[in-house]
Formats: sequence, C-alpha cells, structure tokens
Amino acid sequence: MDNTSILSTRFYGGQKRVALRNCGIIDPENIDEYIAVDGYQALAKVLTQMTPQQVVDEITKSGLRGRGGGGFPTGRKWQFAMGGEPGTQKYVVCNADEGDPGAFMDRSVLEGDPHSVIEAMAIAGYAIGASEGYIYVRAEYPVAVKRLELAIKSAREYGFLGKNIFGSGFNFDIQLRLGAGAFVCGEETALLTSIEGKRGEPRPRPPYPAVKGLFGCPTIINNVETLACVAQIINKGADWFASMGTEKSKGTKVFALGGKITNTGLIEVPMGTTLREVIYDIGGGIPGGKQFKAAQTGGPSGGCIPKEHLDAPIDYENLSAIGCIMGSGGMIVMDEDNCMVDIAKFFLGFTVDESCGKCTPCRVGTKRMLEMLDKITSGNGEMEDLKRLEELANYVKSCSLCGLGQTAPNPVLSTLRFFRDEYIAHIVEKRCPAGVCKDLLRFTIDRDKCIGCGMCSKVCPSNAIYVTDYTAPGRRKPSYAIDPEKCIKCGACRDTCKFGAIEKK
Amino acid sequence: MKTISDLNAIKAKVIDKIYPKNPGEKRIVVGLATCGISAGAQPVYDEIVKAVKELGLDGVSVVATGCVGICQYEPIVEVFESGGKRVTYVSMTPEKARRVVQEHIAGGVPVLEYTVANTKL
Repeated sequence: MDNTSILSTRFYGGQKRVALRNCGIIDPENIDEYIAVDGYQALAKVLTQMTPQQVVDEITKSGLRGRGGGGFPTGRKWQFAMGGEPGTQKYVVCNADEGDPGAFMDRSVLEGDPHSVIEAMAIAGYAIGASEGYIYVRAEYPVAVKRLELAIKSAREYGFLGKNIFGSGFNFDIQLRLGAGAFVCGEETALLTSIEGKRGEPRPRPPYPAVKGLFGCPTIINNVETLACVAQIINKGADWFASMGTEKSKGTKVFALGGKITNTGLIEVPMGTTLREVIYDIGGGIPGGKQFKAAQTGGPSGGCIPKEHLDAPIDYENLSAIGCIMGSGGMIVMDEDNCMVDIAKFFLGFTVDESCGKCTPCRVGTKRMLEMLDKITSGNGEMEDLKRLEELANYVKSCSLCGLGQTAPNPVLSTLRFFRDEYIAHIVEKRCPAGVCKDLLRFTIDRDKCIGCGMCSKVCPSNAIYVTDYTAPGRRKPSYAIDPEKCIKCGACRDTCKFGAIEKK
Repeated sequence: MKTISDLNAIKAKVIDKIYPKNPGEKRIVVGLATCGISAGAQPVYDEIVKAVKELGLDGVSVVATGCVGICQYEPIVEVFESGGKRVTYVSMTPEKARRVVQEHIAGGVPVLEYTVANTKL
C-alpha cells in the first residue's frame, strides 16, 4: 500500500474502527455526510421492520457491554427497562461526563460523529418505549457541546427526532444537560440526580435506574462509546459484532493511549488484543530506549498492568482477574522513571478531591489513605503502614456508596500487589527507586568530575550550591557542593551541568 | 420530514463527495476536533480554503472533520482522491498547507516530506 496514507502505518494497521468509524472522515456538522455513510439507516430499520423486543434481542446477542467502565451487558440493561404499563414515562440518558484524567474517547466521538450517538439514543428509546432522552455532557467540552447542539437541530429538521419518526408513530426527542465539572457525576445515580437539578450526589442501588431512574421513571443510561456501536450492530448484525473480541467481551474498545509511549493517540482495537500489541506495535514502544514498567487503565478507578501480563489479552475478565479494570479507556504507559507509589498517590489525590462527601468511607477513608501514602513518600513510613493501608483500602472498597469510592482504592491495591518492593524501598531504605519522590532524593556533586565552572550555583534558585576548598587533581578551579539543608531538589543544577557531575540518588 | 427513500437519495448523492469518484475531484479534510484546534488546525484550515479559492480550483472541497487519532502529529490534513487514494499530511502549518494546495491539489504531486511516510508511525 501507498505509504503516504495513514492506513499504511503500523499505528493504524492494528486497529479496527467501529465506534470511531466516521471520526476524521465525515464532516460532523453536516447531517448529509452522516447519512451518506449509512447514518439513520439503522433507526429506519428498527422503526419499520423490527419490534422493540427484536431490537433488544439483537443488542443482547451482539454481546455489547458498557464501555464506560462497568461492562454491564447493554442488551440486558435495555431488557430491564422494557415492559411496564403502556404509556409509562421512561428516559434514555447518554453519559458523556468523561472525567478520568487523560481520557478523551467520548469527546472524540461527540466531536467527530455526534449523530451516531443521537441515532443510537432514538433506537434505545424505541426499544424500551421512551420518548425523551438526555445527553449529560461536560461543560469543559465546548466543541462537543456545539456540535451536539447542531446535530440535534439538524436531526429535528430532518425528522429523525420529534414526532412520528419515519411515519412510524414513534416520538423521541433529546435535550442536552451540561455538567458543572464534578467527577462524581459520571456515576450514573449522581448523574441522574444532577439532571433533576439537584446536587450531584449518588444514591444507593437498588433500585437500579432501569427500574427507578430519572424523575423516578425507568431509565437506561449508556456511555457515548457504547451508543456509538449500536447503529452498526443493527446495520451489520449482531453476529458481525460478536465475531470480534473474546468469548465474553465482544467488539472493540477505544483507548486513549498516553504517557511514556512513542505514539500517543486515540486507538480502537478488537477486545482480546494484547497489551504488547497495543504498546509495541500500535504505540511504537517506549521512547528513549527505556524499559516498560506498567500500564495504568481505568484512571482513578483502575489499576496497573505490570510487565508480566504484557501478553494477556485485554478484555473485561482478564483485567479484573489482575485487580484492574477496563475502565472507560484511558491507558497511561509508565516506564522505569515512574514511581508506582507516586502514581498511586496521584490518583488517590484525585479521588480525595472529587469525593462528593456523602458517605464516610469515601470521604474520610480516602483522605486517611492519602495521608499514609504521604507519610511513606516523605520517608516517615513504617512497615505497619502497609498493613493498615491495605486494610483501610478494603474497607473503603466494600463500604462506599457508589462506584467512585468503591473503586478509589484500586490504584493503591494494584500497586501494592505488583510493586510492593517499591513501597518497601520507600519505607525501609528511605529510597525512591525511580527517583521521583522528592523527600527521598538527594542531589550530590561528584567532586572529581566537577570542573568548578559554577554554572550549577548560578541556576540554583535556593542558593544551596557553594564552592568548596577541594580542587581535583588536574583541575584549575575548586569543585562545588550542595548543601542538603537548603536544596529544594528541583533538579535545575543537574539539567545545567554539562559534565554529568551531579548525581540524583 | 425525511422518508427512507429520501435517506437513500441523500446517501447516493453525498457518498461520492466523501470518497471522490471522478478523477480530478479532491476532498481535503482538516482534523478540527479540540485536539486539532489546540494544535493550530484552524489557521491551517483557513489557509487551505483561501489557497483553493485563490487558485480557482474546481472539484475541490475543503471540510472540517473530527479526530483521526494521531495526537502528536496534529494538525492533520488528509486528501481523498478517486480510486480510493488517501494521503495523510501531519504536523501541518499554514505555510505547509499552502504548498500542499499548490503542489498536490493543483499540481497533482503529493508533497512527500510532509506526509505520514516521513514519520515513524
């Protein structure tokens, strides 16, 4: 193939685009272009040729599972919301409150192919008997919001939303709701509470939203990427979708590949692709010849996949077997320069900030866990802390009210499981093996390598570098040294020294 | 309100715009999702529109699209031609874009050094 096309690259070659099929191809602001690539054909098909039960059966048969992280079978969710008295008010909600740090799968779908979500919501509405839908999207995605507004408007003009769609007697319309930036609103019950105009806090399940959801009515809530697969399943058939993936995880998954990886980007691969293929074939490996250490999936709710699991096929079952989760698709690659204790601390710091405070295990538990991690990374940890940390993590996991708290300890538990030696190095040797945790670092000048140029002392922001009275054999000027009391460990001296005389330990 | 036959009529009419069928027709797409915009794709898009107009090129459409996924090579410009030909330009600037319009769109010769062939992807 011609090597000037993206299709010829290794980055693209290992991918299979289902949810992202139209992103980068069609004009998202032109409904005609979506129609040209078979858009709204699936809606026409279900409204004119299929019963609601047939639609649900087709989705169930395809094996599609929730792409927002939970992995619940979509068809079963829809089945729960079917039935009831005729005329019962029901809702279809699209969860577009993408909040994991470093994740942008849903944003890309909304910005590149908004009609695929709208079409799928109408199909879902027909399947469960709902006439109203809401898309809950973050206000931090202004381009996505603008394109969704435009797409909804065009769909109404064409009659794909509104009354008597395709002359079938089916009515359905969609409204947008903008999130105000709370991570917890990505949790389904908190999201519904927020749409109702109340403070975005979760509530206990059951009752599940399919039974009692938005405004107390049966509601299905699906993630953007899940919905983006629906029209294609109807068009191409459940068997086509189920032919991709592994036994229990069908289809494809979008990942936002980031961190220490040569090709950062948004990729979509069949379920069951190994981490090695994702990182070394599509991602182009780790830059700078560094060693792969782990990949973090699922953001603040997820865990790490270490080197020994590089060849495990990525699917819901395999990831949960190693204490990780598929999550919404953020995948952060880490190399030997990343400290796993610091990573756990970063994600836990995020959940501490984002905990809504409604339940105690999450509000207080995560905070106490973070304090223990702080203690360890500042060199004051004791071995007993690891036991306490694990015990508390398991309490927070089992006692929290919603998914945020129930998964918040995952980054800690996962790193404790696979990188316990790093925790121990911090505690026993008071040493950060990756050289990240500042309190455990020491910068020193090798007095025999130092030529006495003084550049380091000029860039030092805290005047911690002074001239000694030692002159190395063969040198004309005396060497410099760092006062550890004054050193703030910024590393400026080390970056400046052209002679490699400054060591970080 | 559209009917199913309307859908099919629109589809038949527009598909050849997305994947040009006739030799000489070209479609230029610029990745204008949030990622592309923050990497500077808007001035690239504007320059292409301007250059196509100035050169009076017929059968050429310029379209803003979403994200093709190769973040660090944004802004991305792709040219679709008849026969399923697709050329991907990466790390574009308005200056590079003008040269692509002049040499590739008007002249018919892709600017190889700006394409994805020149990356490690």
